Amino acid sequence: MGAYLEFWSEHAEKFLDPLAEHLQIVGVTLLISVALAAVVSVALLRHPRAKGVVLQLLSAVYAIPSLALFAVLIPVTGLGESTAVLVLVAYNQYLLVRNIVTGIDGVDPSVVEAARGMGMSDARILREVQVPLALPLIMAGLRLAVISTIGIATIAATINAGGLGTVLFDGLRTLNSYKIVGGTLECALLAIVANAALRLLESAVTRRVVR
Amino acid sequence: MPCEVEFEDVTKRFPGAARPALDHVSLKVEAGEFVTVLGTSGCGKTTMIKCVNRLVEPDSGTIRVEGEDVSAADPARLRQHIGYVIQKVGLFPHMTVGENVATVPRVLKWDKERIQARVDELLALVNLDPKEFAGRYPSQLSGGQQQRVGLARALAADPSLLLMDEPFGAIDAINREALQDELLRIHQGSRKTILFVTHDINEALKLGTRVLVMDAGRVQQFDTPKEICEHPATDFVRSLLRSGEFRLRSAYVEPGEGI
Ligand SMILES: Nc1ncnc2c1ncn2[C@@H]1O[C@H](COP(=O)(O)OP(=O)(O)OP(=O)(O)O)[C@@H](O)[C@H]1O
Ligand SMILES: [Mg+2]
Repeated sequence: MGAYLEFWSEHAEKFLDPLAEHLQIVGVTLLISVALAAVVSVALLRHPRAKGVVLQLLSAVYAIPSLALFAVLIPVTGLGESTAVLVLVAYNQYLLVRNIVTGIDGVDPSVVEAARGMGMSDARILREVQVPLALPLIMAGLRLAVISTIGIATIAATINAGGLGTVLFDGLRTLNSYKIVGGTLECALLAIVANAALRLLESAVTRRVVR
Repeated sequence: MPCEVEFEDVTKRFPGAARPALDHVSLKVEAGEFVTVLGTSGCGKTTMIKCVNRLVEPDSGTIRVEGEDVSAADPARLRQHIGYVIQKVGLFPHMTVGENVATVPRVLKWDKERIQARVDELLALVNLDPKEFAGRYPSQLSGGQQQRVGLARALAADPSLLLMDEPFGAIDAINREALQDELLRIHQGSRKTILFVTHDINEALKLGTRVLVMDAGRVQQFDTPKEICEHPATDFVRSLLRSGEFRLRSAYVEPGEGI
């Protein structure tokens, strides 16, 4: 154990730089994912008949193994972070859009009708009634997306996107157990911390909704 | 400012329905009238009042509010000036009672103090102590209390036309009578035009200046309570009267007439 700690502190930058890269990939991915999912969801609410097809399409994308998706995209978008982000955003769409749409569809129709009957505009109903009431499901979708992005982003190292995956793959290639264990711990800790933080946020917003 | 409502040959058939929910309905509600709409379940009462604020668009015919064809109006603006109590109450579960009541004033961008004062006034009006209830959430209220909040919410911006869809359905007889009396007072004080849907013939006869009896999407009779009781126009109206008869004598008493 002592040897591990010694290696880790001596080569701290070998663990912290990839962590920073990882956080950056995850952060960028989530920003784009949420923005895109919001746009797609609003479009689906306006055109409910497209809902089934689009959700099925997104779930099909979600089912493709990440390595395969990276492989397919490399000839098109090349190696590097942008390809990784593209793939991660594509995966997240299913988790986010499904939860947003299901959440909003689940809002009591009589509540929406009351809002409409009082002269609230569609945009205002979405903002002040539908989204707040769908928030528990939307937050759950967000949490799933964050956890899955943190995990799948490790594989992005195979296409030179950097991140914690580089620590793991380096460790495997050189049979360096310090790196393997260290990288694994970092991934696990990151996921656990993110999960806990999002659960807290989730219960904070949910408490306001479900009284 | 009192407000008249006119239906001209209005027909609505929902997709896939065997018969129309509204079948060539023509009638005129004068400004300041309190019209109760009575009929069996599924006869088109809700559909009729939803046509007024355009939650339902008729297939044919014209509806005019204050002489203006509603189909030419902007739906949101139209609705902001028509009070609406929906049959299923439909309170916002994530907002407090106070915030619920403040909905339309907020949409109309009233200032904070004015909204606050109005909310307190309305809650008191429907017999809910503002200090106790304004901060509660709908799930912390009984069914009857929720309906009273729904009524307060519809009255918030002091609309000259009120559409009420079985607003007192979940309220016990004693509170119901108190609210009916309150509504009558509001009506007499303001001369609002009210369209009030109910299943209950006694309620319809007690509240209405005129009663609209409907069956299968058609108007059976549209007349004063006195005329309806003394000269029922169709067999349907007669059977409806019989169904409410044992309580009728106490509910419908001519002004100045003893029992
Ligand atoms: N959105 C809809 N789609 C299809 N059919 C509908 C819809 N809304 C109402 N209907 C039908 O139209 C008819 C009239 O319905 P409406 O809700 O107006 O009845 P109602 O008189 O208000 O009944 P209740 O007293 O039970 O509330 C019914 O046969 C109903 O099934
Ligand atoms: Mg109804």
